[in-house]
Amino acid sequence: MTKVTVTDETLREVALTRAEYEQVVELLGRQPSPVELGMFGAMWSEHCGYKNSRPLLKHFPTTGPRVLQGPGENAGAVDIGHGLAAVFKIESHNHPSAVEPYEGAATGVGGIVRDIFTMGARPIALLNSLRFGPLHIPRNRYLFNGVVGGIGGYGNCLGIPTVAGDILFDEKYSGNPLVNAMCVGIVRHEQLMSATATGVGNLVVLVGADTGRDGIHGATFASVENPEESHRGVVQVGNPFLEKLLLEACLEALDVNGVVAMQDLGAAGLTSSIVECASKGGLGIEIDVQQVARRERGMTAYEVMLSESQERMLIIVREDGLPALRDVFDRWDLHADVIGRVTDDGHVRILDGETVEVDVPATHFTDDCPTYIRHGVESRKIIEARERSLDGFAALDADDVIPTLLSMLASPNICSRESVVRTYDHTIMSNTVIEPLQGDAAVVRIKGTPSGLAVKTDCNPRYVYLDPFLGGQHAVAEVARNISCTGATPLALTNCLNFGSPEKPEGYFQLEQAIRGMAAAAAALDTPVVSGNVSLYNESGDEAILPTPTVGMVGLLEDVSLAIGMAAPLGTTLLLLGEPVATLGASEYLAHIHDTVAGHPPKLDLALERNVQTVVREGIASGLVHAAHDTSEGGLLVAIAEMLIAGGQGATLDLSEIETRSANRLDRAMFGEAASRIVVAVDAENVAQVQQRANDSDVPVAVIGTVAGDSLRIAGCGNVPVVELRIAWESGLGS
Amino acid sequence: MKFGVVVFPGSNGDHDALKAVELGLQEEVVPIWHKDTSVAGCDALLIPGGFSYGDYLRAGAIARFSPIVDAITSFANDGGPVLGICNGFQVLTEAGLLPGALLKNAGLSFSSTWVHVRTETDRTPFTVGIDPGTVLRLPIAHGQGRYFIAPDDLATLEANDQIVFRYTDSKGHEDDAHNPNGSVAHIAGICNQRGNVVALMPHPERAYDALIGGDEGLQILRAVVHAGLSAVSA
Repeated sequence: MTKVTVTDETLREVALTRAEYEQVVELLGRQPSPVELGMFGAMWSEHCGYKNSRPLLKHFPTTGPRVLQGPGENAGAVDIGHGLAAVFKIESHNHPSAVEPYEGAATGVGGIVRDIFTMGARPIALLNSLRFGPLHIPRNRYLFNGVVGGIGGYGNCLGIPTVAGDILFDEKYSGNPLVNAMCVGIVRHEQLMSATATGVGNLVVLVGADTGRDGIHGATFASVENPEESHRGVVQVGNPFLEKLLLEACLEALDVNGVVAMQDLGAAGLTSSIVECASKGGLGIEIDVQQVARRERGMTAYEVMLSESQERMLIIVREDGLPALRDVFDRWDLHADVIGRVTDDGHVRILDGETVEVDVPATHFTDDCPTYIRHGVESRKIIEARERSLDGFAALDADDVIPTLLSMLASPNICSRESVVRTYDHTIMSNTVIEPLQGDAAVVRIKGTPSGLAVKTDCNPRYVYLDPFLGGQHAVAEVARNISCTGATPLALTNCLNFGSPEKPEGYFQLEQAIRGMAAAAAALDTPVVSGNVSLYNESGDEAILPTPTVGMVGLLEDVSLAIGMAAPLGTTLLLLGEPVATLGASEYLAHIHDTVAGHPPKLDLALERNVQTVVREGIASGLVHAAHDTSEGGLLVAIAEMLIAGGQGATLDLSEIETRSANRLDRAMFGEAASRIVVAVDAENVAQVQQRANDSDVPVAVIGTVAGDSLRIAGCGNVPVVELRIAWESGLGS
Repeated sequence: MKFGVVVFPGSNGDHDALKAVELGLQEEVVPIWHKDTSVAGCDALLIPGGFSYGDYLRAGAIARFSPIVDAITSFANDGGPVLGICNGFQVLTEAGLLPGALLKNAGLSFSSTWVHVRTETDRTPFTVGIDPGTVLRLPIAHGQGRYFIAPDDLATLEANDQIVFRYTDSKGHEDDAHNPNGSVAHIAGICNQRGNVVALMPHPERAYDALIGGDEGLQILRAVVHAGLSAVSA
């Protein structure tokens, strides 16, 4: 057929390659219309089509006895007993936040919350995982303040508690911050809603906000490098008040007889929601864009289809259910407009009044999206950094241990997040049992049951950078460890894969290896992947971000009253369970004190990891363990200091055995990092029993000190008042 | 005793208020929709927290025009007990049922934490039976909680025993360090001259169970149950 000129400029605008364009022409047997081309661009973007990541995501374990819904819907769902399910997902809003941090982060929260209530679930907890460049650079401070403001502004207004998260700073995130938002909801099994269109002739109803020109091409924008240079008007503006009304109205609408599907409008707006609904149901959908309520005159079909105006939802309803559906939305003063119908021919057909703008089989947009399996190569520079000897760094003198501890506690990557979490409402919904900063994960109760959920996000990107397979394993293992430290059993995970360009062999290598590592750990720890999101092309200038496969996890406490935090009670004995020997490789100590990112990350034995977590969970369940905290960034001494600050108590430590086993390198013993190690506080009379349990499970255990007084005293290294530790720890983020 | 919890568009503390009464007090409670025009059958009203109408103008400024506000006003004028919490406080000042105004926090940012408040008077239905001087630990979560009133009016407030709660430390001592939002005279809660309309920025309805951090808010909600019963019997 004749090929009319589609310029490179046209293709760049829709982010398709020439070859992909040719593929569209071949699929259709003709040239696409402009609206069709725009829709292919959006649906075949990495953000919607996962064209680089889809083959790799197949490595993830996605099933398990508790999994009710794995990847493929708006969010995953796991059984938590009592006929209830936890529904959860994490999603990125990195590129919008790099351009307009407040609205970028706010709409990130809005988007993930919609993903949860689209499933029929009541959102009960928000988390966020953030990465920025160093705060002494004014641009990074601006991004940080804006993002934190946007998260609080949106979540607080919705009335969903923001209970957990993680923040890390590294110069590799300058200019490309990461904003990953996670939401957890609760639903009765039988009320889980699908986004699959069913029933030929059923009505397609658009509810919520009017459609404007904001956010056009947001999905493609999320899949390009240097977002700041390319687009500005693509960042949407959030309206949390409207989202609150939409949330309540949609949850009420679940009870309307005849509602068969719900799908929120996120990336690629109406385009992706209609295509997804139709494609999943194996049916077609026909809509008329003239029926779409708009914010301004003169919008074209192209603009309506690609707008990413927020706070909108698509509902598929039987005709006889429409009056009751309308009643619900009237009550909330929201409009509900019938814009089309479900058809039997499998085509997405978009009309603009009488004119047919789009007529394409739905599966062309989804199943026929090209996928790329590339060949990854590890960067020479990273191999050299990993293999670098760390013996050359001057050993730490005993006199320097306490000054170094104070410096480590004030490191931006370790210090208190109080100034941030204070701006997030974390007590609303009256479920919060373990608050932010009280424990390794937050715990929320489930009203009407004796149980509760532990939730946490995390990822140590330096581990992933220096060894992506091992680092991917660590990302899963550490979050599971955090969950276990509250007493909860890890159930399942969601992830947000933040990486650089997959088109560069070094970037693809990181993505592929990290996914394989995460998959291995998820399988070993029985935490299947039930949902996730991919954010590639996180680069600024020539530099990619540190590879950051953020993991969000949900764990279950059958009896939430047994949940514990990290505050070590007076008089208890501190034990180190798990790996006694740490390494300086990839550590915060090397980065903070020696300005070096190098060495092998800590080794990880998944069998030991499992056992350590089990021993701690059982110790908590039987009332033997009163506080637990994993040692992560900053190592053993930082972990102990955090437990003492949390409880306002001092301690006397004897770490000589660990020093000996660390070749008498105090830096390794005190601040080296290792996986599979947890500090627990136990009553003196129960120490032997906990030691026995650890021995029975092949978990190394060492007595390291006693909680007493108001200073931290370390044998051979001097002492420091805990209030000084607190002051250092609280100073780190500045203002 | 039957409580009513008024729900405006954007209210988000309604769930907690309903649950605090249902689970904490084990009393009857019903939601009241903002488009309703009657509060008949309710013995006490709770105006919950949230962001009514998004608080895009001034907090509470639009909600006060809701149809239900006339009914709340009549109920209050008849001496019925009304408790405004957080955004509910803001709505009651905007509606003219309480004096003063709530400004942006002195620190200019939203603040979610636990605070201590000292009970200043036991003459209201929500503090009767709580000895003056009693310190309660309650959560706050607000961006516009800085109570302001002109100096002359503050003197009137003091003279009329209309200051119900003040921010203090855990021992009941007032100082600026324990005032989370810069409120004038460390005021956390006030009442009208008659004493039946009370409002505070902290959230007693989120402190009804030790499992979720504390149960001292129940004392405020329970007081009205006792007050209500004695009013009926009087």
